[in-house]
Amino acid sequence: MADVAGESIIEARGLRKEYGATVAVDDVSFRVARGEVVGFLGPNGAGKSTTMKMLTGYLRPTRGAAVVGGIPVAEDPLGAQRKIGYLPESAPLYDEMMVIDFLHFVGELRGVDAATRQTRLRTVCQRCGLADVLGKDIGQLSKGYRQRVGLAQALLHDPDVLILDEPTSGLDPNQIVEIRQLIRELGKDKTILLSTHILPEVQASCTRVIIIHRGSVVADDSTAALTGGAGALIQLVVASANGALDPTQVRARLAAVPGVRSVEPQPQPSEAGALAFLVRADGAGDPRADLFRAAVAGGFVLLELHREKASLEQTFRSLTKGEGLADA
Amino acid sequence: MRNVLAIMKRELRAYFDAPVAYIVLVAFLVVAGWMLFSQVFLIDRADVRGLFAPSPFSPSLLLVILAPAVTMRLVAEERKTGTIELLTTLPVTDTQVILGKYLAALGLLTIALLATLAYPITISFLGPLDWGPVLAGYVGLILFAAALLAIGVFCSTLTDNQIVAFIVAFILCAALYFVFWLQILLPQSLGAILEYASVSFHLDNMARGVIDTRDIVYYLSLVIAALFLSVQSLSRRHA
Ligand SMILES: Nc1ncnc2c1ncn2[C@@H]1O[C@H](COP(=O)(O)OP(=O)(O)OP(=O)(O)O)[C@@H](O)[C@H]1O
Ligand SMILES: [Mg+2]
Repeated sequence: MADVAGESIIEARGLRKEYGATVAVDDVSFRVARGEVVGFLGPNGAGKSTTMKMLTGYLRPTRGAAVVGGIPVAEDPLGAQRKIGYLPESAPLYDEMMVIDFLHFVGELRGVDAATRQTRLRTVCQRCGLADVLGKDIGQLSKGYRQRVGLAQALLHDPDVLILDEPTSGLDPNQIVEIRQLIRELGKDKTILLSTHILPEVQASCTRVIIIHRGSVVADDSTAALTGGAGALIQLVVASANGALDPTQVRARLAAVPGVRSVEPQPQPSEAGALAFLVRADGAGDPRADLFRAAVAGGFVLLELHREKASLEQTFRSLTKGEGLADA
Repeated sequence: MRNVLAIMKRELRAYFDAPVAYIVLVAFLVVAGWMLFSQVFLIDRADVRGLFAPSPFSPSLLLVILAPAVTMRLVAEERKTGTIELLTTLPVTDTQVILGKYLAALGLLTIALLATLAYPITISFLGPLDWGPVLAGYVGLILFAAALLAIGVFCSTLTDNQIVAFIVAFILCAALYFVFWLQILLPQSLGAILEYASVSFHLDNMARGVIDTRDIVYYLSLVIAALFLSVQSLSRRHA
């Protein structure tokens, strides 16, 4: 697929939202290009839902602008909303309606004409696994099925853009896998912005990650970059070939290896007389071969050498630290 | 327009899926029946004026209670459950949302009012009935209901609590209804203003069988003003 580089489908330009005296979102800017699947992360109360509400035209920003599919949301909300399929947080639905009636209602307001609606309904119900519950009242559905109805509703008009606020919240592990697969499949021809608290999900489905903390963007990078690649970590355990080891000397030798940014001593390993270090690599290079040679030259034995990727969880936690209960 | 109709249809179905619609229908038939029974059979006159004139036990007083009851959930419930976010992020305008909901409530009460047509029709078999004032009376009642419902819709946009929406709307409607009688106690000039402001004064005119443009203008201005405020209130999102 020939991606038109830089063509942004979702654009937040300095969005700010105040609720009375609280600033929920402050100067949030980002772009999502056509075809991207972007994970929108942040601790509770970070401002994810508020940002999404502004992108979908539900809330008017206090400052800044949202642009979707090239349409400024504030100036032409209906035009922008036609391009968006939106699943609001916790899937609010009309409980007293039957699933099928509800989907017809949404289809009608979406301007899907009666003839197309039947085929669209069938496709969407099949994709979201709703065939068995079409005649049920929404109020009787389990949480997972509600979530699916919410997703089906967002897909009905075959939108270019999907904005999904915690699409997998409340689902059991099987359903999470199913929805994740569905999202990956949808991501092939749609632009998706989804918020979630499940980090492995982001690693599984998203090409890019935006992390927001206390109303501001603190990270915006490809999933690969945020999960290792640059600055990979290497666990080392060394022992002496003969006699005792001087930790300071070993550390200095390791730190002198090209491509190593830092070497931190770790708590004592299980083996007596051994030393453990955590080596942080510089950039994208892989210094493992050089580390091995340095060990041989220094006259000590490498018991363990293994590279671990910085997990998204580590990145997330280090970027959103200080989120104590006092902030709630 | 199609959006307004779709929203109206959904709301009407919601009314008939719940007991509300049937309670409203039965309440009207009972109150109107009682009113006519007491007039036609006790006073022995084939007269249906009591159906329309504002007075205790009249259908119009019943509307002062039923209109807020019918409108209280329209927006307040959607705010409580969060569906308002779903609805307003579909490609519909806030005006379409308000109009669709308002027309559903008006449709329900119109159906209930028209069901009472059974009484004048029955009476017309018992003695001569002048249909002119009857039709004027029905037009008056429907306009009267239209005004109270618009006030009710506005109150429903103010809160996510249906009971609060009901109470505020009921107080407003009752005040507009009862000032009519209050004006006797006041000096002439102030009394005239209050009289013109009251919903029951204009209904009283129409119950006499006169359709005056001033009365129609009064009700329509009230409807338009209340619906305009409802749209403003909805678009603020109260966030
Ligand atoms: N209607 C509201 N009135 C006042 N404050 C609000 C309102 N909605 C959200 N907030 C505040 O705005 C901030 C951001 O909330 P938001 O719902 O956007 O967070 P979030 O990132 O979606 O959190 P979560 O992960 O818990 O869903 C919070 O501090 C919240 O308390
Ligand atoms: Mg949220």
